[in-house]
Amino acid sequence: MAPAKHTNEKDYDDIPGTYVFDADRSRRGYHLNMFCMSLMKAENRKAFKDNEAKYLAERFPELTPEQCDAILKRQYNRLLELGGNIYFTAKLGATDGHPFQHLAALMTGSTQQDYADLMLRGGRTVEGNRSRSGKFAKAGSSIVKAAKPKSSKGKKRRG
Amino acid sequence: MARIIAGVTSSHVPAIGAAIDNHRTNEPYWQRVFEGFERSKQWMAKTKPDVIICVYNDHASAFSVEMIPTFALGTAAEFPPADEGWGPRPVPVVKGHPELASHIAQSVILDEFDLTLCNKMEVDHGLTVPLNLVFGTPKEWPCPVIPLAVNVVQYPPPTGHRCYMLGRAIKKAVESYPEDLNVVVFGTGGMSHQISGQRAGLINSKFDHAFLDNLTKNPKKLTKLSHLELMREAGAEGVEMVMWLIMRGALDDKVDEIYRFYTVPASNTAVGHIILENRKKAAKKPAAKLKHAAARQKVHRVRS
Repeated sequence: MAPAKHTNEKDYDDIPGTYVFDADRSRRGYHLNMFCMSLMKAENRKAFKDNEAKYLAERFPELTPEQCDAILKRQYNRLLELGGNIYFTAKLGATDGHPFQHLAALMTGSTQQDYADLMLRGGRTVEGNRSRSGKFAKAGSSIVKAAKPKSSKGKKRRG
Repeated sequence: MARIIAGVTSSHVPAIGAAIDNHRTNEPYWQRVFEGFERSKQWMAKTKPDVIICVYNDHASAFSVEMIPTFALGTAAEFPPADEGWGPRPVPVVKGHPELASHIAQSVILDEFDLTLCNKMEVDHGLTVPLNLVFGTPKEWPCPVIPLAVNVVQYPPPTGHRCYMLGRAIKKAVESYPEDLNVVVFGTGGMSHQISGQRAGLINSKFDHAFLDNLTKNPKKLTKLSHLELMREAGAEGVEMVMWLIMRGALDDKVDEIYRFYTVPASNTAVGHIILENRKKAAKKPAAKLKHAAARQKVHRVRS
């Protein structure tokens, strides 16, 4: 039994609207994520909220100006781009007292209500959301195809 | 000897934990989720495992970006609930099973799985939410739990194949432990979900159902899924379903599916849950085997 084939190139950059937290992002975002970790403590949350810019400058001088800017402006997609990981940046949202769906709405450019409604309707479909280049647009999944008899192929619902 | 009798998988959505902690389980939105676990609670009460091995992932609670172990086995006597930013969840301290955990560590490391061992570790919702789903909210968890934390936060997580093979090694380790223990393995996380970027909110029920079908009948097919396919089809965070394959690897090839539950959504996630039981071995099988072997030898002797 052989493992699945994995390539070393960043094939996952082809997935639209997705920032895979790999070693490169983790290295760039180290201090950003450690800042988020500091918000696990109540006294740090308070110090940050009292004077955000000061907290960043004094406690995390290694943060880049771009990262500080994105933190202060709560630009959650930009934070992911600059090396933040969602499990860490979620702590910033929690410090603001927001439920997670508030962040999800910000990242997807919708209102919290619209995002919540989207989830209740069954979530965002994978159709049309597989591939930036179009290379995998119709790829589907190897396990879904195999689970269905060939005759049902024509009935496959799109959208 | 110890034996693995069953495997359970379940999503570990933090909002489920919050609904329990804030007494909101009777709201229609959450009722739909919790009702799906009623039968599992009954099954658990009847099955009464002596030990649970719980495969889960930490969410920047016990581990940050300072240390990122791929497989971390909890060998401590107890694991306190982590403060995830709102104070620790009001759930019992998780009691471990240091003797069995150490035995597993020794066995699987010699089988070439280079585990990290944790003698001090806090556990977050990734581990405690599935316990709540099958045990409710008891004052003490009814049995010891050995945590096995898997890195699925920083890419790449271990491959599905590697996870499956680790499950195999855990099965071998448990079966060589001298005490008479019934062990249940939990695989947690999933199913399809993406909580980051513009594609957040992604759910792929077709994929999830196919994953559940194959988990029971043809898990080796799932070990061939690349991370790219998992992330593309099941969401960037859905890749954590590789953890389910550790559970499956720890079971026999042929299993009975006892129960399955699937619902969308819980917060941002498709909730999936399955209970698989190993088939009961005939009590006198070893003796029968010996008899057959003796009979074969006899035939051989006669012929030669």
